[in-house]
Amino acid sequence: MKDVSFGQYYPADSFLHRLDPRVKLLFLIAFIVVIFVATNFYGLAVCAAVLIAIILFSRVPVGKVLRSVRGIVFLLLFTAALNVLFHKGDTVYYQKGIICISLEGIIFSVFLALRLVLLVLCSSMLTYTTTPVALTDGVESLLTPLKWIFVPVHALALIMSIALRFIPTLTEETERIKNAQLARGANFESRNLIKKIGAVIPILVPLLLSALRKADELGDAMEARCYTSGVKRTKYKKLTLTWRDLVAVLVCAALIAGVVLTRVFLGAPY
Amino acid sequence: MRIVAEHLSYTYNPKSPFAAAALKDVSLTIEEGEFFGIIGHTGSGKSTFVQHLNGLIRLPSSLKRYKKPKAKKGQPLPPQPVLTVGTFDLADKKTDFRALRKSVGMVFQYPEYQLFAETVRDDVAFGFKNFADGKPTKEETDAAVRAALAAVGLDYDTYAEQSPFDLSGGQKRRVAIAGVIVTRPEVLVLDEPAAGLDPLGKREVMELLHKLHREWCKTVIVVSHDMDEIAENCTRAAVFSEGTVAAALPPRELFRRADELTALGLDVPLTAKLCAGLMRRGIALDCDFTTEDFIRKVLERAPRRADREPGALPPEGGEA
Amino acid sequence: MTAQSGAAFGRFGLRGGSNMKAIEFCGVSFRYDEESPFAIHKLDFSVEEGEFVAVLGHNGSGKSTLARLSNGLLEADEGEIRVFGTQIARKNLYDVRKNVGVVFQNPDNQTVATIVEDDVAFGAENLGLAREEIGERIRFALQAVGMQQYRTAAVARLSGGQKQRVAIAGVLALKPRAVILDEATAMLDPRGRREIVEVVSRLNREEKITVIMITHFMEEALLADRAVVMNRGEIVMQGAPADIFERQEELITYNLAMPRIGYICNRLRAGGLPVANTLDSETLAEEIARCVS
Repeated sequence: MKDVSFGQYYPADSFLHRLDPRVKLLFLIAFIVVIFVATNFYGLAVCAAVLIAIILFSRVPVGKVLRSVRGIVFLLLFTAALNVLFHKGDTVYYQKGIICISLEGIIFSVFLALRLVLLVLCSSMLTYTTTPVALTDGVESLLTPLKWIFVPVHALALIMSIALRFIPTLTEETERIKNAQLARGANFESRNLIKKIGAVIPILVPLLLSALRKADELGDAMEARCYTSGVKRTKYKKLTLTWRDLVAVLVCAALIAGVVLTRVFLGAPY
Repeated sequence: MRIVAEHLSYTYNPKSPFAAAALKDVSLTIEEGEFFGIIGHTGSGKSTFVQHLNGLIRLPSSLKRYKKPKAKKGQPLPPQPVLTVGTFDLADKKTDFRALRKSVGMVFQYPEYQLFAETVRDDVAFGFKNFADGKPTKEETDAAVRAALAAVGLDYDTYAEQSPFDLSGGQKRRVAIAGVIVTRPEVLVLDEPAAGLDPLGKREVMELLHKLHREWCKTVIVVSHDMDEIAENCTRAAVFSEGTVAAALPPRELFRRADELTALGLDVPLTAKLCAGLMRRGIALDCDFTTEDFIRKVLERAPRRADREPGALPPEGGEA
Repeated sequence: MTAQSGAAFGRFGLRGGSNMKAIEFCGVSFRYDEESPFAIHKLDFSVEEGEFVAVLGHNGSGKSTLARLSNGLLEADEGEIRVFGTQIARKNLYDVRKNVGVVFQNPDNQTVATIVEDDVAFGAENLGLAREEIGERIRFALQAVGMQQYRTAAVARLSGGQKQRVAIAGVLALKPRAVILDEATAMLDPRGRREIVEVVSRLNREEKITVIMITHFMEEALLADRAVVMNRGEIVMQGAPADIFERQEELITYNLAMPRIGYICNRLRAGGLPVANTLDSETLAEEIARCVS
């Protein structure tokens, strides 16, 4: 009854939603590398421009996208403060002991903060526009070459997708057990740590038993459907590339080129 | 304890693409002493309603961060939800929800899956200890557990030291119910208490509920899909449909409206089907839709015969 | 007894007397461990190809063990089990399971994938079929259970009845010749139960799939060609469902109850109203009207 949506997938039908998950994964990796290749604001500006385009094309509400930065606000402030206080520069405003506030320090901390924000925004764009299932498929497909060094990629992928499949089921189960024990007067809000740990047992034991029972039944159901380890399986879902993926690759290439150019020709840091 | 609900609404995952209204302006009163049935499809809002009764789902106005809505110009405020259980006002922030949960016991679906302790005694004692004022003595606890086990038909000396996980399915369910009634709640709510049981197990559970209604809990509220059970057992039943209450009537009146229930995609008891069939054939039978009453009323119409004999054992869940 | 079974098998005579047995148990015994009593004891039991059999019994009567033995999830301690003529052995489990699919009780614990079509594909993938063939089988299987419009839906968002229909589709993707439903309706609401009963009786009728329906809802057995009652690992009653349900006292000794309608018929007759036995409410209303007026 209660809807358990996991991850932060935002359902919509957009250019980005339709991209091949492998392309999106590789794009994200390229984007992260490029952010660190960029050594000046021009480079970051190129990255930001591409990211803004991505956000606009994704049809995910901008407010929702920006909210993903909220999680790292503390980290941002902390690193910025460190850099402002301790980064040594030429134009010094204030100095006492090891504390040194300089123009360069301020600029550098702004630069770092921007990098971090871009990084977080781009990765959350991947999770906003890709279902966990598609992500698993993408990872599996990208890891396929490892099969040649005897990594059981297929089995690992199956484990991952079953885990994903059971997240909503187990969340629901947890909720149900928690409610049942609450109704019997369980107190989960105690401040006392020992009491808190003790309070978890009435949830943990039934949940564990339930998970084991589920594993058992699922195992039977899989076996009954002809699954045995080592069986030579085929795969129904095959990821296929479309013109959209080509566009994405081109954008990616342009991004890399753009950032490299800014670094070479507008070289001055910051 | 009288239960009064007015203008109750609830939405799961509000303000998200998955928002789903589970209750829409529901008003319902359950009198003290009733054996009350709640009927409806999965997703009709019946479970959501029931979870309000012991504060597992809270009214917005009972939450800390609640702000009173302000009336817009020219528009009166929509009626505010009201929910009282006996003297508990569930719309109030200051209500003692722990005390409420002690008075309103709740047995969830498949309650045997919530057992966790090493022995039956410990599991049944869990709720008792949680709700006790101060720390109860071992004697007090044991006495309460003994009484609760006896109430569900299990012998303390045989079962108290056993692991609940070694019992049969039906026994586990009894232990789980004992774990709820051990605090002697005035209201007992059960969600599908007979789900997954075989016919015999079903009949035993219904008999148990009647016993609890007589001896332990003043009010019993049962969520059930089984219309025959509702017709046989309940003083009154509410029909939930798409988040609203379509009707709340005694079975005698409710199942006279069999056509409306069918239109909602719900079953009707066999006796109601038969009465409707007889009605179409010009025979109006004024029965209360229990099997016994139906049989009696039909036989009253039968051409007189001397050799009438009493019937054999009742069928599943049948109450004489 | 023989006359009843004869009536139940009548329709297979029309099909040209194929006497291939779908499932055949010969003197089968099984117990879960050495100390416990036999879950199945010296059982002789067979199901004709194309038959629809309901297996009834209280919890613990051995009916679920029967399902697990039939497709090699459990191995018999004694006796032989043949599936479409082949004796079950470790080396041919794969072929046995291809022919006999099982749908289990809990709708939440038998789907492997998050998306409906991926789950239905699972069995076909295990058979190593080509992609086009898998796609075709998904289409067929979802069509057969009436879930084609949910092909790309998330399993977690379906109702219990829909989840069980997906589970049936997942089994159908193996193109089995027999399907066993091991209390597949026990956890469903009445609407879900109706869906499943409709689907399996259609599969039996139209796709000629042998169906073994294990249940403790008496009403569900009414659609079957034959009902079998189990108690303590043995078959204690069998015959046409209508005949079985007449034997009230016997059913009660096996911890079962006759359907309420049968009880009402009996009581009315005992009270002197000569209604004919029926399991259909409309017919009973007609009967009562006839007797009363």
